[in-house]
Amino acid sequence: MAAEAGSAINPIEQFSVVPIVPIHIGNLDLSLTNSSLYMLIAVGIVSALMLIGANGSTGAPGRLQALAEMAYEFMAGMLRSAAGDHAEEFFPFVFCIFMFVLILNLIGIIPYTFSVTSHIVITAALALLVFFTVVIVGIARHGAHFFKNFVPPGVPVYILPLVVALEVVSFMTRPVSHSVRLFANMLAGHITLNVFGGFTIMLLGAATVIFRPLAVLPLVMNVGLEALEVLVAFLQAYVFAMLTCMYLNDALHPGGH
Amino acid sequence: MAQQPAATHTEVQQEAGGHENFPPFNAHTFPSQLLWLAISFGALYLVMARVALPKLGGVIEARKARIAKDLDDAASMQQKADAAAAAHEKTIAEARAKALALAQEARDKLAAETAAKRKILEDELAAKLAAADQQIAATRAQAMSNVETIAREAAGAIFERILGRTPDSQAIAQAVAATKNG
Repeated sequence: MAAEAGSAINPIEQFSVVPIVPIHIGNLDLSLTNSSLYMLIAVGIVSALMLIGANGSTGAPGRLQALAEMAYEFMAGMLRSAAGDHAEEFFPFVFCIFMFVLILNLIGIIPYTFSVTSHIVITAALALLVFFTVVIVGIARHGAHFFKNFVPPGVPVYILPLVVALEVVSFMTRPVSHSVRLFANMLAGHITLNVFGGFTIMLLGAATVIFRPLAVLPLVMNVGLEALEVLVAFLQAYVFAMLTCMYLNDALHPGGH
Repeated sequence: MAQQPAATHTEVQQEAGGHENFPPFNAHTFPSQLLWLAISFGALYLVMARVALPKLGGVIEARKARIAKDLDDAASMQQKADAAAAAHEKTIAEARAKALALAQEARDKLAAETAAKRKILEDELAAKLAAADQQIAATRAQAMSNVETIAREAAGAIFERILGRTPDSQAIAQAVAATKNG
């Protein structure tokens, strides 16, 4: 959203990672950037909310307390329904993924902020974290049985190699679809918002005065898009967490057991 | 917002030949993003897994237990209240029966007393009646004897006036008695 000030509106500029505290170790740029800052802010918000909830009373909950408990119960329900039994120890992991992504998505909608989840490296890192957690937990818990995931039951032997090959490919490409879904949704939403914001500014500055009132049209559009983006922010965080739960289900109950 | 550093970045990337126009694919920023992701997500995980979630789970469990206990308490209290209400009903019924019995008893007693009093009164009245009857009879008897005397005297006077002499009282008495009886 940083582009509004410039005369030439660049809808990509809002995704720029800008160092705040430069840190260079060897050839690596490990600077504290706006991206880092928003991640830390998200961690602060989630921690504050959940710690308020954790120190709340067992009586009637207040608003923040109710919100924290709602998030807890929501994720606990999702984990129970999507990952089945014995998934309790992954609750903090799934909960962190959901809340982290959700808060980052929501913060990103606020104009002039930075949307961390619109960077593929972040979503890919989270997706790979889930992927390797699934592989490691699956093999550690079930050994060779984990590979039952690639052999669907009731498939005739003569097409089994093909099916197994497809299953392996689909399993391997999970991190890609998992990360690109979130990244692309956030990126596209923010670009759209920025483009319509840019239209508003262009029309306001139009040389022909008659066109200037038309600036309200893209503005109205943007109001609607903001609401849609809130929905997308929730939905994508939900989908990301839900897929995490379903992948964990594969690790915990290979072959659907 | 911070146009200057973005510009320098772009220059650096142009030198490196990266995706200078599309920040999400700018590999130059990846190490920093990954490091800070690891730091922040790790911190979040630690806080959630070690502190916040177990405690919050405890709070929710405690509330559930409390609600269940409250419901149980309410049910037992309801039971107690029902029992108390039943006992109360019973007491009232007993008291009412007792009161009815007492009232009956009082009524019976009163009736008996009244009956006794009436009997006494009736006896008294009957006695008085009898005495009055006797008196009437006596009075009448006396009156009747007086009538004989008067008749005798009257007969004597009439006799004297008509015959001019003193009648024999014995004869007159006989004659009066004969008339009376005849």
